[in-house]
Amino acid sequence: MAAAEGGKIDPMHQFLIEPVMGSHWVVGGYDLSFTNSALWMVVTLVALWVFMLGGMKRELVPGRWQAAVEGFTGFVSGMLTSNIGPAGKRFVPYVFSLFMFILFANILGLLPFGVVPGVHPFTVTSHLTVTGVLAIISFSIVLIVGFGKHGFHFFSLFVPHGTPVLMIPLIFVVELMSFLVRPFSLGLRLFVAMTAGHILLKVLAAFVINGINMGPGYVAIVTLPSFLLMIGITLLELLVAAIQAYVFALLTSVYLNDAVNLH
Amino acid sequence: MPQISQIAATYASQIFWLLITFGLLYFVVGRGMVPKIVATVDAREARVAGDLAAAETARLEADRTEEAWRADMDAARVAALAETSKAKAQATASAEQQVKAADADLAERLGHHDLAIANAKAEALANLETLSAEAARDLVAKLAGIEVSVDQAAHAVREVRAHG
Repeated sequence: MAAAEGGKIDPMHQFLIEPVMGSHWVVGGYDLSFTNSALWMVVTLVALWVFMLGGMKRELVPGRWQAAVEGFTGFVSGMLTSNIGPAGKRFVPYVFSLFMFILFANILGLLPFGVVPGVHPFTVTSHLTVTGVLAIISFSIVLIVGFGKHGFHFFSLFVPHGTPVLMIPLIFVVELMSFLVRPFSLGLRLFVAMTAGHILLKVLAAFVINGINMGPGYVAIVTLPSFLLMIGITLLELLVAAIQAYVFALLTSVYLNDAVNLH
Repeated sequence: MPQISQIAATYASQIFWLLITFGLLYFVVGRGMVPKIVATVDAREARVAGDLAAAETARLEADRTEEAWRADMDAARVAALAETSKAKAQATASAEQQVKAADADLAERLGHHDLAIANAKAEALANLETLSAEAARDLVAKLAGIEVSVDQAAHAVREVRAHG
């Protein structure tokens, strides 16, 4: 939560990483402290695990919870089969983990845990290191699958069918560039979307608080409109949280399709 | 922006904990739980498809049974119709026969009666002739005092009757 010191609310404070217990664990020259970010990764993992436990009843006629879990697995495996084909079933465990981790992290970061004193929600996916690592994992899997399945023939991905011979070197370079940019666009998109949404919400929240501090007149013209806008943007951010998780998983499956089926 | 300004100080911790949590997530949830859930869904879909196929087979079987039943019913109806019309024809024929027999009986009895009447009439006529002959002889004896035989009288009567 933003530290309101001297009436100044810093919308960036929510992204600050600090060790939970205040102690730094330095291992082999690397600071591996259990930070608030790591704490929320664990919270995401536990929440997701608990959610999935509800789907493990494995009844013939599912209850609501089991149906919800099966809805998510069916969604991911449907996305993979429609993008890659029957071979896409192999990637369900990875893409499901990816999609659900991002989705749960996004939504947990939006929930109003801040109303509990001492609890500071943290959005794991608003950090470039996290989204970047996820993007690099996806990209690595694409490379491993592509080269493992097709060998050097995988480079034909960069020469679309019907390219004139004269154009092949240029097209190859352009396609290679667009291929290499994929992990960056994948990681940056999620990071930027989450960061921007949370900054916007925090700025509006600062308007609400500062308007209340400045008197009843400001409440009417600043606080109330900002608060109404916040409600709308919170709903929008919930939508964005789901859409960004979907986009990340969808692009991963599209890239995997390139690796599995070439063009 | 802490994401950029803190990156040098926090990248190791971020990557370390992400790999641990995401690795646990992948192996426990992704590899451990998801295939079981997908298998449950697949088993259910197979079960539903099998049940639907069984229901379709049963429906076809029922259709076939109903068709056979309908054919049986049609045959039975036709047979019953033939039976009833035969019985009706038989009844009509026997009734006709009975009426004809009764007619013949009646005609015979009428004939007998006619004969008896004719006999009785002839007898009465004969008696009448005898009576008139005797009456004519008595009249002749009383009026003319002549004794005539019954045969003569009868002859005379027959003559009179014949001439009117």
